[in-house]
Amino acid sequence: MSPRRLLWLLAVALPVCLLAAVMLGAVRLPALDVLAVLVGRADGMDRLALIVRQLRLPRALLTALVGALLAICGAAMQGLFRNPLADPSLIGVTAGASVGASLVIVFAGGVAGFVGLSLVSLGAFAGGTAAVLLVYRLATGPGGTSVATMLLAGIAIGALAGSVGSLLEFYADNEMLRRISLWRMGGLDGANWPRVAIVAGVSAVIFFVLPRQADALNALLLGESEARHLGIAVDRIKRRLVLLTAAGVGVSVAVAGAITFVGLVVPHIVRMLIGPDHRWLLPASALAGAILLLVADTLARIVVAPTELPVGLLTALLGAPFFISLLRRRREYGL
Amino acid sequence: MLQVEGLTLSAGGRAVVETVDFTLAAGEHLAVIGPNGAGKSTLIHALIGDLVPTAGSIRLAGRALADWPVRERACRVALLPQASALNFPFTVAEVVRLGRGPHASGTVADRDIVTETLAASDIAHLRDRPYTRLSGGEKQRVQLARVMSQIWRAEDAGDRLLLLDEPVAALDLGHQRLVMRQVAALADQGVAVVSVLHDISLAARYADRMLALRDGQTIAAGTPAEVVTAERMQCLFDTETRVITHPDTHTPVVLHG
Repeated sequence: MSPRRLLWLLAVALPVCLLAAVMLGAVRLPALDVLAVLVGRADGMDRLALIVRQLRLPRALLTALVGALLAICGAAMQGLFRNPLADPSLIGVTAGASVGASLVIVFAGGVAGFVGLSLVSLGAFAGGTAAVLLVYRLATGPGGTSVATMLLAGIAIGALAGSVGSLLEFYADNEMLRRISLWRMGGLDGANWPRVAIVAGVSAVIFFVLPRQADALNALLLGESEARHLGIAVDRIKRRLVLLTAAGVGVSVAVAGAITFVGLVVPHIVRMLIGPDHRWLLPASALAGAILLLVADTLARIVVAPTELPVGLLTALLGAPFFISLLRRRREYGL
Repeated sequence: MLQVEGLTLSAGGRAVVETVDFTLAAGEHLAVIGPNGAGKSTLIHALIGDLVPTAGSIRLAGRALADWPVRERACRVALLPQASALNFPFTVAEVVRLGRGPHASGTVADRDIVTETLAASDIAHLRDRPYTRLSGGEKQRVQLARVMSQIWRAEDAGDRLLLLDEPVAALDLGHQRLVMRQVAALADQGVAVVSVLHDISLAARYADRMLALRDGQTIAAGTPAEVVTAERMQCLFDTETRVITHPDTHTPVVLHG
């Protein structure tokens, strides 16, 4: 498939998925009424307008933004680490965020949050970014940042965070345990407009800056010294990529918990379709990530309505078999 | 064009290259020979700015190498590495196009250059194949095409330097010749070349001058006929050889003793 064609397809599919996500749910809303509300002509449809404006629309937008952030950050990480199997959790974001969230749940259960973000979200964001900064510091010596050391440091920090998490669970009571495990599964049920605004702000920066690193990422795939020989300021680019992906994944973990597989699988699917050129891969991954998470979240809301499944459970359920088939087919895919 | 004076390079407190001197004019080809661990690759990496000299200086077009902005330097100096880490399925043409990265010559010109360098490396038929599926020798020729596209046009940069670290190690006899002739064609257009070669006879055939290193010390420097003698091969490689003169090219040929 030509990259241009895929981008067009995705750009058309995204609004369709957004509309479907707003229409479908415990109560099914007619498409025309939803469109009427969205363009501001909701006379005599107060209840429907309330559902759309206060519940479905912020949730759909948050879902799309988080999906796009996870996928574009995953694509950038895989390029930076020159490893098609890397994902942001590899440098400790998810593990750190999990410890941050668990700490808050166990020690500060009832404390109120801040502009629409619960204290648990803030704990997750702080934990995630702290882990990345620690990994980055560990891997940076006088001779620059070693990507291989970053991977190892990420594994070490992940293991450390895992055992701290287990320790916290050991001391937690039943109610706390349930909240911790629900957080781990991820979910977008906390969506509200302030959260959408925060994520949109971070996304705007990332969607603007990351695609501008596409040429550098392409050169980095050759190897770090080869990229330097092609005139790329490698250390500056690496620092920029690590900070951007940490912020992107950190904020999405903070508002939606640990949603697995989007950052890993989406760039893979896109690469299989159009190749590894980051000039196309980054925007196409962002669009495809938004679509995948919208589909997964809509399914999560309707399969067991009126309650809902955690969306992280669905992305893993959809993603794991795909990933296994990918591992089996990696030879023919050229890896 | 390239002046190297008293160049000393150290790693871990030990001198790997010691007080090496040479100058290279545009269009000249210098072949560096010597046993494993003699400092040949280290020298090459210093010439592209990866290593900072402990002592001595490297000047490119009259300006110290370290003073060149990385991008401007990348328009002038290209290095073909011994091995490549690329494991993403770029097509061959995409890999070669990466060599145009430092230039702002436009898509149309870049596409022509990619086509020309692919043909020069005899891989035009592989153009749309994924790099990851190629054989070792094919990959080597793709990397050569990428490096050549980086310094292909005289109009992009006047002073151009091509560094080759064992460019023919993975190639069959026919492609060794093809690659060396292509390098010679670039030199004819004014590109200065420094190569590391293990095949002494091949080096003597294509290089204008040779530099023999052992333990980082210059053992000999000069024309191939001056450098390649049986005594010197004994001194460099600690093995018996016989050196004869090629009946057609009149360059020295090393035979196993």
